[in-house]
Formats: sequence, structure tokens, C-alpha cells
Amino acid sequence: MSLRMQNNLLAIFMMPEITLVLLTTIILLIGLFQKKNSFSNVTNLSVIALFFVFFLIYLNREFSFASYNYFFKSSLLIQFFKSIVVLGSIASIIISKSYFEELKLSRFEIPVLISFSTLGMLILISSNDLISMYLGIELQSLTLYVVAAIKRDSIQSAESGVKYFVLGALSSGILLYGCSLIYGFTGTTNFEEIRLSLISINHLSLGIIFGLVFVLVGLAFKVSAVPFHMWTPDVYEGAPTSITAFFAIVPKVSAVAIIYRFCLEPFGNFYSEWSQIIIFLSISSMFLGAIAAIAQQSIKRLLAYSSIGHVGYILIGLASANAAGIKGVIIYMLIYVVMNIAIFSIILSLKNNNSYIEKISELSGLSKSKPIISLSIAIIMLSLAGIPPFAGFFGKFYIFIAAVEADLIFLAVLGVISSVISAYYYLRIIKVLYFDEVDDCNYQSIITSQSLVLLICAILFLSFFVFYPSVFVTIGTTISLDFFQ
Amino acid sequence: MIIYTLSFYLFSTIAVLSALMVISSKNSVHSVLFLILSFVNAAGLFVLLGAEFLAMILLVVYVGAVAVLFLFVVMMLDINYIKLREGFLQYLPFGVLLGIVLIVELGIAFFTETFSEMSLVEYAQMPEITITENTKLLGFVLYTKYFYLFQISGIILLVAMIGSITLTLRQREISKKQIISDQNNADASKAIIKKKIKLREGI
Repeated sequence: MSLRMQNNLLAIFMMPEITLVLLTTIILLIGLFQKKNSFSNVTNLSVIALFFVFFLIYLNREFSFASYNYFFKSSLLIQFFKSIVVLGSIASIIISKSYFEELKLSRFEIPVLISFSTLGMLILISSNDLISMYLGIELQSLTLYVVAAIKRDSIQSAESGVKYFVLGALSSGILLYGCSLIYGFTGTTNFEEIRLSLISINHLSLGIIFGLVFVLVGLAFKVSAVPFHMWTPDVYEGAPTSITAFFAIVPKVSAVAIIYRFCLEPFGNFYSEWSQIIIFLSISSMFLGAIAAIAQQSIKRLLAYSSIGHVGYILIGLASANAAGIKGVIIYMLIYVVMNIAIFSIILSLKNNNSYIEKISELSGLSKSKPIISLSIAIIMLSLAGIPPFAGFFGKFYIFIAAVEADLIFLAVLGVISSVISAYYYLRIIKVLYFDEVDDCNYQSIITSQSLVLLICAILFLSFFVFYPSVFVTIGTTISLDFFQ
Repeated sequence: MIIYTLSFYLFSTIAVLSALMVISSKNSVHSVLFLILSFVNAAGLFVLLGAEFLAMILLVVYVGAVAVLFLFVVMMLDINYIKLREGFLQYLPFGVLLGIVLIVELGIAFFTETFSEMSLVEYAQMPEITITENTKLLGFVLYTKYFYLFQISGIILLVAMIGSITLTLRQREISKKQIISDQNNADASKAIIKKKIKLREGI
């Protein structure tokens, strides 16, 4: 083997996607041929593999293979979103391990499927072409459909899987139709070439606008923005809670990344064409997320509506379409992922009378028996509501600044109003925790040491963000400058 | 050229007529068979267009796999088709309305210039017409330029396989499996036990 070949081989293995495929396939085989403890071993191995992939993404060795650059792109923004996706997957695998074992759902395919889904998200985030974008979405969603229905003996889980599958297939069809229209009217599927071709045309014809709208609708399904959010509460409620945790933490990040890149890269010069759609999606998501969550009794449904609301705030950053918007979404996304990891690590470990907590009312009186855990929940809820000393406030703050800078003051005002409305149901949980009458309750917390470490880190991050926002602001500024250079 | 035109009209007439028979025949098995006939004729139309790879794929995938699977499903399921047809008259006006709208739209597209304006289709590119057959051309780009997409499609198929096995495979304790190594290791000394049986006692 010559030195040149060795170097080439090394360069191939330095590519996070290739390494992830190889490691996941090996882990799949290990799980298949192992008789005992296959779930536990495969879970640990997947976490190690994903950590390895994270370091590869962080190192970001420049690679230029034959024609990957045509379909595949790397920039600071992409690198950032990819690392958040991988870290989110690691965290969701860690916090859900004991839950799967308790529910006798310990099948080694689950971590393997989650790794494949992560792979799909990496492909999606760094796609530079309509076809690779579509394939990334399909790889990501196909695994999500399977894991949503993984609890085979439960009707709800099967229902959520089927519902997700049907609506996901519909949205993929719409997306593909949009892609075909864009291809038909520009003659190319590559993002960069679409941009150049659109600049040469200098106006969007009816067909391209149709294509743009269809693609945005397809992507809005994936980020679950209103009015394409209907699947979210049902799927979140029906799927096993650990899968819900994965749904809430990770796929949102990749979908948000691609909707940002799709609007700002190929259609970056046609702000007025897509901004109305994004502003509408943003306002309706914020308000539906805030109002519909008020009546919810189930924690999972509440978190589903809460995530719809958060998507609304995230889209404000896109509607602003400036460097501050990118900076805001970077900070917001990071904080959103950390908040979800924290709340799900608690939900996945808290039992009342030997069953996992599903309803908000079951939390009553938790503060008496588990003061530290209920304090953590309170901190997370205040942070989700965006109340000042906690991290969630800063996410919203930078997003609103971006909106004001882009002369979208009404959007910022509406955002503040909806976040005041949503504060009601976040604070209601704190009220249930601390002031409600205690029935017969027998709380147990069976948190594993790994997820305890994660939880403590997340709580510290949320509580003390106020002292070091400059670190993340610097990261955000660097990335946004790199994006808009 | 006459043969070309003749075969075009042959294929397209049979395709349209068999498509009509798909929805009008009483027996659902006949419907599926007409569907297959329609697919075969569509494949013929593709050959006339010079897209022979697409034609073969249509035959292999749709006729070979999908339609046959469909036929099995239709034969296996005992669906009461008379009941399905009951609402036909009720929805007839709506269907006729949709048909009229479609015909008017097609007429507008065909007889007026509205949709053939330059501004709409100006930028669409036609693929190069070359002498080489398009299967070969596809092969050239599939493993070179589009290798990345080809690999991702492979992974998607792998995930589909893992997913369907995960969701449907149930380990049955009752079913007996063949364990080759055990069979090979078996010999007479393990399989046959000699016992001395006393008279009038049995085992």
C-alpha cells in the first residue's frame, strides 16, 4: 500500500458520515450475534461511536473527494448544527437507556436506528443539492417512523407510528413535487447553481414560486410549524417517552438547519418571496403553541405544543434574515436542546406508584419528597418560559434583537405577547409541584449516574448562562459572519 | 416513420382502453390484469421515446413486482365490491364536475398560449440526446457523479430492512430450528442408549 493510498484511506475515515456508517454497521452486527446483554452493549457502543463522530465533526478536516462538493457542503454553520445533532443523539440515548430496560423494550435495534437517523440528519444538514436533501430527509424520517412504532403491543405506539408515516410520506411527496418544479424551471438541483441561475433570471417566475412554496411546506412539516403541526402532539403522546425525548431533542435541529440553509442559500436574493410564508408560520406557531398547550393534561402533549411554540421563535430568526438572526438561532437552538435534555431526563426517571409519570397532576407534592428534583423542574420550566436569570430568556432575547434590527418590530412584539401567554402553563407546572394538595404518592427517582451527570450539567448551564453569555455570543457571531461573508 | 406512428397509436390506444377497463370491469382480478396490460403498453411508449431503461424498469418493477403483488392481495382479500360501488351514483355529479374542469384546463393549455409562454418554460434544459443507449449513460453517472446519492439510497434500503424486521419479527418458542453444528456433532454413542430391560418390568 503506497503512502498516497494510505493518506486517501485516512482522509476517507476522517469523514464523519463514512465513519458513522461503518461503525453503526459493525455495531449492528455485534448486536445481532450477541446472545446476552445485546441492548446494553449496543447502546454503550453507539454512544462511543457517536462521540467519535462528534470529534471528527469538530476536527473538520478538509475533504474534497471526486464530486462530493456538488452534493455535500461544509461550513461553520453546518459544523455547528451537526455537532448539536450528534450531541443531542448521544444525550437522548443515554437518558433513555434505563427507561427501555424497565419497559422491556430493550431491543438492540433502537440505538442502531437512532444512529442511522443521526446519519440522515448529518446528510440533511450538509446537503448542497435537492436530491441529497431529499435523501437525507427520507433516511432520517424512515428511522423515526420505525422507532415511533417500536412498542409493538401498544395500540397508541402503533397509531403514532402509522400517523407519522402517512403524514411524513405526504409531506415528502409535497417536498419532492416542489423540488421537481424548481428543477424544471432552473434546470439544476444544486443549491449553488440554483442561486446563480436565479440571479441571472432576476425574478422568480410562477413555477419557481410554486416550487419554493411546496418545498417550504414539506420542510414546515418536518419542523412541525403551524399549520403543518397536527402530527406532533399525537406522535409525541403515542410513542414511548424515551422516543419522544429523541423526537423533541434532535430532528428539530436538522430540520431547522435545512430550512435556514434552503431559504438563505439558493433563495437568499429573493427575501420578499419567502419571508411572508416564514413570518406567517412563525406567528401562527408561536400563538398556537402558547394557547393550545394551556388545556393539556399530559406532560408529553404539553411539551409537544411547547416545541411547536419554540419553532415559532426560531423562525423569527429566519424571517429577520440577517447576521443577528443566525446568531440568535444558534444560541436558541443550543439552549432549546439543553432544556429538552434536562426535562426529559427527569421525566424518564421519575416514577409514582411504580409507573412512569405521564400527567401533570401526578406531579403534585413532588416538592415535599424530592425537593432537588422539583427545584430542577422549576428551573427548566422558568427557562422554557423565558424568564430572566435563566438561559431560555437569552435565546428569546437575541432572536427578538434580530427581529428589531430587521425592522420586524411587530414580530418581536407578537413574540413577547405569545411568550407571556405561554408562561401561564409553564408556571402552572411549578404551581402543581409546590402548592397542590398531596394525594397518596410514592415517588421514586431511578436516575442512572450517566443521565444524572447530564441533568446536573444541563441545570448548571441553564442557571448560570447569565454569567457567561459572551462565550456563546462569540460563537454565534463568528458563525453568522462566516455565513454571510 | 409510418411504423413509428402506427406503433405509437397502437400502444397509446391499448393503454387508454385497458386503463378504462381497469375502472369499469366488474371482476377485480380482471382489473389488475388490465392494469398490467396498461403498464406494458406504457413501457412500449417509453421505448418509442428512446427511454428504454425506463421502459425495462417499468416492466420489471411495476409489472413484475407491484402488479403481481397487487394481484395476490386482490385474490387473498375478500372485498365486497358491490358494496364499494353503492355510492357511485351519489358521487357521480361531483366526478362529472371534476372531469369537466380537467377537460377545460387541458383545453386552455392546448389551444391557448397562456401556458406555453416563454417566461414559464424558457429555462428548462433538455437532456442531451446521444447515440449511446441510456442504460449505459445512467451506469456511467450512477457510480461516479451520483455515487454519494447511490450509497445513501443503499443505506435507506438497509434501514427499511432493519425497520421491517424489528417491527414484525417475533421469536417463537414453539418453532423448532435446525442447528447444523448439533447435527454434525451427533454420533451413535450419544443418540443410542443401550439399556438392559428386566423381564416383565419394562422401562
